[in-house]
Amino acid sequence: MISQILAAAIGTVAFSLLFSVPKIYYPYCGFIGGVGWVIYCSLIPIVSPAEATFFATVGVILLSRLFAVWERCPVTLFLIPGIFPLVPGAGVYWTSYYIVTGELSQASVTGFEAVKVAVAIVLGIVLIFELPQGVFTAIAKMAPLAWKNRRNARVKMPFIHKKKNQEELP
Amino acid sequence: MSEEARGLEEEKGEWEREILETAMEAGHILLENGAEIFRVEETIDRICRHYGVDFANAFVLSNGILMTAGNVREQYFAKVQHIPVSGAHLDRVAAVNQLSREIEAGRYTVEQARQILKEIQNMPGKTKFMQILASGIGSGCFCYLFGGSLADCGVAFTAGFLLYIFVLFVSGPRLSKIVGNIAGGFLVTFLCTILYHLHIGEHLNYMIIGSIIPLVPGVPFTNAIRDIADGDYISGSVRMLDALLVFFCIALGVGLMFTVYSRVTGGAIL
Repeated sequence: MISQILAAAIGTVAFSLLFSVPKIYYPYCGFIGGVGWVIYCSLIPIVSPAEATFFATVGVILLSRLFAVWERCPVTLFLIPGIFPLVPGAGVYWTSYYIVTGELSQASVTGFEAVKVAVAIVLGIVLIFELPQGVFTAIAKMAPLAWKNRRNARVKMPFIHKKKNQEELP
Repeated sequence: MSEEARGLEEEKGEWEREILETAMEAGHILLENGAEIFRVEETIDRICRHYGVDFANAFVLSNGILMTAGNVREQYFAKVQHIPVSGAHLDRVAAVNQLSREIEAGRYTVEQARQILKEIQNMPGKTKFMQILASGIGSGCFCYLFGGSLADCGVAFTAGFLLYIFVLFVSGPRLSKIVGNIAGGFLVTFLCTILYHLHIGEHLNYMIIGSIIPLVPGVPFTNAIRDIADGDYISGSVRMLDALLVFFCIALGVGLMFTVYSRVTGGAIL
């Protein structure tokens, strides 16, 4: 179980590198990917894959939005890599596998399952993005002081900071 | 109108043009690198409003920005820019976002903002080797997630590694999206099948699933959902179509290789 979570985290970080997320956000991406997989894995024995994916997506997006508020950066940075372990790549594979091997009933079952998982992701994203931003700002405010200091240290991007030669606006 | 007043008027027009060009540039970088439509619109709006252009309107599509400004008392300005979607560089999105925040805080003049935008556009991405390595590691990890053994992960790592070399040097610059993804799916399946026959790795399926993951269109898929949720139906459906097309092409590539395989081996299924 722990090795699986670790694999999810490392995989997520690898993909965030592929999408050139800034280095300082790698730990967040890894954490989000890991949490998403934990939720998915712990629910899969109880509910269907689509439902498990829904709850995992909800977890991933809640965390992404929270970290985005904390770090004051676009939520996309965390969301795209974090959602990756949940995207039904395996479903796509099995569907084409069964189509080729001629087991059409199996193919339609897996294909439909993949579509259900995709819809679950859609639903998760849409629902959580309906929550007002204020909720996350409020939670971020309750964060321990150490967190706040870290955030303030990062507000300026390094290269922009370097360029700064203060002049008054016209 | 006196000579002096006309000069002033022209200078003002020039200044406004500069602002609008800057806003357009910011929107361009955002859209090109995988930001959502509403973020692009909002950034353009913020920059214009902060520098005092009140009559600016931007219409953003998934592959272009249309922008006009001006009213009866101000000069008219219009610009259309076609923006082909390239790879997602989320670090640039983050940087432009940061910049627009700092512009609102009044930290930069228009010229400075423009300079910084130019710098953002030339930000060095990750090196090709790092990307290839990341693809390999990602493939290996995902293979493990879906139930592969350690040997399978090794194979998935190799296949993912080679796949991204193919993506970066062949399919990216030369092939269309459709052919590129079919070829990618085909290549991965081919590599995994060969290694499987050399008795490296135990579960062919998990190996293939792990190593096709770098092809999966995560960025268009996620952005499509968010655009549709925001009510940007045109861009959202274009992006969704893009994602579905890629999914379909990967499946086609994998299926094609399986078909070839079963023909060559005389109907034996893996």
